[in-house]
Amino acid sequence: MNPGAAKSTFTITTPSDREIAMARVFNAPRRLVFDALTRPELVKQWLLGPPGWSMPVCEIDLKVGGTYRYVWKRESDGTEMSSGGIFREITVPDRIVATEKFEQPWYPGESLVTSTFVEHDSKTTLTMTVLYESRETRDMVLKSGMERGVAASYDRLAELLASLDRPGATI
Amino acid sequence: MLDTFKALAEPNRLHIVELLRAGPRPVGDMVHRLRLRQPQVSKHLRVLSDAGLVEARIDAQRRIYALRPAPLQQLDVWLEKYRQLWEQNFRRLDALLDDLQAKESKSKRKR
Repeated sequence: MNPGAAKSTFTITTPSDREIAMARVFNAPRRLVFDALTRPELVKQWLLGPPGWSMPVCEIDLKVGGTYRYVWKRESDGTEMSSGGIFREITVPDRIVATEKFEQPWYPGESLVTSTFVEHDSKTTLTMTVLYESRETRDMVLKSGMERGVAASYDRLAELLASLDRPGATI
Repeated sequence: MLDTFKALAEPNRLHIVELLRAGPRPVGDMVHRLRLRQPQVSKHLRVLSDAGLVEARIDAQRRIYALRPAPLQQLDVWLEKYRQLWEQNFRRLDALLDDLQAKESKSKRKR
């Protein structure tokens, strides 16, 4: 593996029992990456998820104690998903700490998300570390396969799922 | 779906589900393979059963467990979407950052 390869900049690690950290390098100065994560008109352009989803609501009150709220909508059938939280720490353009809670229970309870922006050679490494309430919750999210191969058990699960007959499975 | 996650988040339960992939098995067989005590295996099977992942039938006084694929199929669809979500988001963010930088260098040249 060549660590300098441009395509391998997305990593997921588990710094502790209750955390998942996601890191990605962007070819832009950190003030722009910081803006792209904190200005609603910019966030709405990329934080969308699967094709066919949009982000009709993106409210960000960027101050300590301020809240944010995201609502995503699947255009085909109007299904909505939402998350939100409170900013605990803000250091422009270095670091943001905020709580996060999904209104639909993908995982139980509230998590704490720390985002850091480190610039080097006009590239920015964005690291988002999510601290969950318990190891069980963290492991559950890991098993949901944030990155193929992160958790050995996910590979086993994926293999299991692939082996099942799927007659037009739908949610 | 949360029940499915919770049920599978425990390594022994995931192992049970994997064993049942090959086909239905009696409890005694799983106790032997998992090297756990029968009450522990029964407890795990109860959680899996409550989540709709397995079902039991009685055959000559033995409880035979089999996999129920429906919750796993639902999970599979969701997992694949979730796995791709961040990849897709970050690719869009790359494009947005390129745009923002292009606009900045343009406006600098105008000044």
